[in-house]
Amino acid sequence: MTLLDEKEQVVEEAVNPRLERKARKQESWRGFFHAAPAYVYLILFFVLPLLIIFVFSFGSRSNTGKPLLENWNFDSWGRLVDPLVRTIAIRSLWMALLNTAVCLMIAYPFAYWIATRAKQRTRTLLLIAVLIPFWSNFLVRTYAWRMLLGSDGYITQLGEATGLWGRMLFTQPAVFIGLLYGYLPFMVLPLYAALERMDWGLIEAGRDLYASGSKAFRKITLPLSKPGIIAGSILVFIPSLGAYVTPDILGGAKTNLLGNLLVTQFQAARNWPFGSALSGAILIVMLVATMIYFRTGGRTI
Amino acid sequence: MKRIFALLAVMALLLAACGTDTTETTEATGGTETTEAPPEGIQAAANACEVGATDGPLNLYNWTDYIPTGPLAEEFEVDDLLAKFEEEHGEEVTLTFFNSNEAMLAQIDAGASYDVVVPSDYMVVTMRDADLLVELNRAAIPNLDANIAELFSNPGYDPGNRFSAPYQWGTTGIGYLYGSIDDTEGVSWGVLFDEEMAAPNAGFISLLDDTRETLGSALKYLGYSLNTLNKDEVDEAADLILSTNEWIAAFNSTSYWTLLSSGEVNVSQGWNGDFLGEYDRITEYDADGEVTYSGYDDFGYAIPIEGSAAWVDTMAIPTTADHPCTAQTFINFILDAENGATLTNFNYYASPNEASEEFIYEEIIEDPSIYPVPETMAILEFFLDLGDMNNYYADAFTRAKG
Repeated sequence: MTLLDEKEQVVEEAVNPRLERKARKQESWRGFFHAAPAYVYLILFFVLPLLIIFVFSFGSRSNTGKPLLENWNFDSWGRLVDPLVRTIAIRSLWMALLNTAVCLMIAYPFAYWIATRAKQRTRTLLLIAVLIPFWSNFLVRTYAWRMLLGSDGYITQLGEATGLWGRMLFTQPAVFIGLLYGYLPFMVLPLYAALERMDWGLIEAGRDLYASGSKAFRKITLPLSKPGIIAGSILVFIPSLGAYVTPDILGGAKTNLLGNLLVTQFQAARNWPFGSALSGAILIVMLVATMIYFRTGGRTI
Repeated sequence: MKRIFALLAVMALLLAACGTDTTETTEATGGTETTEAPPEGIQAAANACEVGATDGPLNLYNWTDYIPTGPLAEEFEVDDLLAKFEEEHGEEVTLTFFNSNEAMLAQIDAGASYDVVVPSDYMVVTMRDADLLVELNRAAIPNLDANIAELFSNPGYDPGNRFSAPYQWGTTGIGYLYGSIDDTEGVSWGVLFDEEMAAPNAGFISLLDDTRETLGSALKYLGYSLNTLNKDEVDEAADLILSTNEWIAAFNSTSYWTLLSSGEVNVSQGWNGDFLGEYDRITEYDADGEVTYSGYDDFGYAIPIEGSAAWVDTMAIPTTADHPCTAQTFINFILDAENGATLTNFNYYASPNEASEEFIYEEIIEDPSIYPVPETMAILEFFLDLGDMNNYYADAFTRAKG
């Protein structure tokens, strides 16, 4: 077969619609098989548990609290409008929003400062400093805060010496400090990534066109770092809303968040249907909130 | 096509999951009928065990710091009972803690496998009625018949100790820093539940995080039985606890004794042995063994004048156990006179084990906070199973915690 013959054959194959369709189908199947592990993973560990939660939320319980998949009812979903749930939901939402806002206010200048260091080495060192706390267990670090915020803790002593605050342990400020401390790195890192990628020449260009420093920031830096702000906010907001360990260790009465209420339902209160309805509702709220956030913030992540 | 495929797979898996659950449920509800049939599985295995026999490592599920082991045993200068068991019977022991009867029940109900659990009196009834307990083989636990005091040999929660062996017993009351409350004419539950009486210690009070105990004390304060089946009374107690949220620091069942001794709280609802053990732990000695500081000088324990709860914790074998012979050997080991005394010398709870009394420290036997005098015994009430009201109490307590 000459080279010319072969070429002709290839052309013929390419124009044959049947062969083309077959090739495309093969391509699609290959794509499916490549993604198969991901499908299996998602179905087993995401879709299925969600469906189980959903199914249980309509179930009932025996008089010892054992979840029963019979006597299907909507009672658990009805209980979501209880004043108790409302109080705790509002408290959690407020905590999560406040935490996101304060994290952003602290992390933005910090990430900006790191990203503008000239030496790569300095930047790396600073980033490592942000990550070092992760080398020790979150639980241990939260207990450390318990020491600091307790009656004899340094923070309490400082507050008493200046007369500004007393013991914060067991109160909402303690929970808030714990959350802020725990989730700040999740805000710093995406912000840094966004700012570090930025073309600083654009700022120079803006300044050349007589933009003031603050105007250049508002018109150039802020829009360009938006993906970082959105990613960071989501990474902070969602775990704050479902926080359990921090309020459990640093909080006391009147600091129960949704995470605590959920755990109680599956353990001490033994009310799986209500717990399931509650976690289903939280999930829906988070999903809707995230979607709105993405839609309004563009899809540039 | 792809989507239909995925959907079918999900539905098949879901059906499978539901299927197994429903069969389990029917088995559980129909359980009482089948007790006449010859025992099968775990019950048969338990019945076949001989004294001292073991069939694998022991998986023990106990309350926090309730058995002497590790550094705590050293600190209290008593035998490490788990190490001793390993040495005597050659089986390794794994210890896991739980912090409330209900949390333990949730784990067992979900199928978690433990060989010995330590449920309180009312929980024995709940677990027995849910067919979660193995009947004890008395032949394998001779100490159960030989050593137990008469008061505990035929308890109301488990007649004849068929499913449970008493472990320790104690009372619920108030641990407090001397001077923080007025205790000249006895201590009232009001120091926790009454706004005015609690005011001097506002922000420095802790309550137990326990459905039956916390509601029970509130019920006692209101003058009701802690086993009441009257929903209005339970609601009233729940509302009372909800109002205390304004002045209490925390709900805590797992470290309230250290909160008290470290000054985080002044007044605390809790169990007698936890308080007394802590007062002893903070007591300091000089080189000659003379006391230089005594925790008992600063802290006290009182059973409130309105009455309170007495409870018995027991050892039982859940149906999820893997090693019933090791489990029964362990129960027999704990019911030994000297080992029973070690428990009391460590955790400062009274022992239901009559034979062990000669090995218990004299100051413990003579302490009315541990072995109450008859007048106190008269105002104590034991917890009973609530039957249909269990869920009502649980939901009321969720509401009470706000």
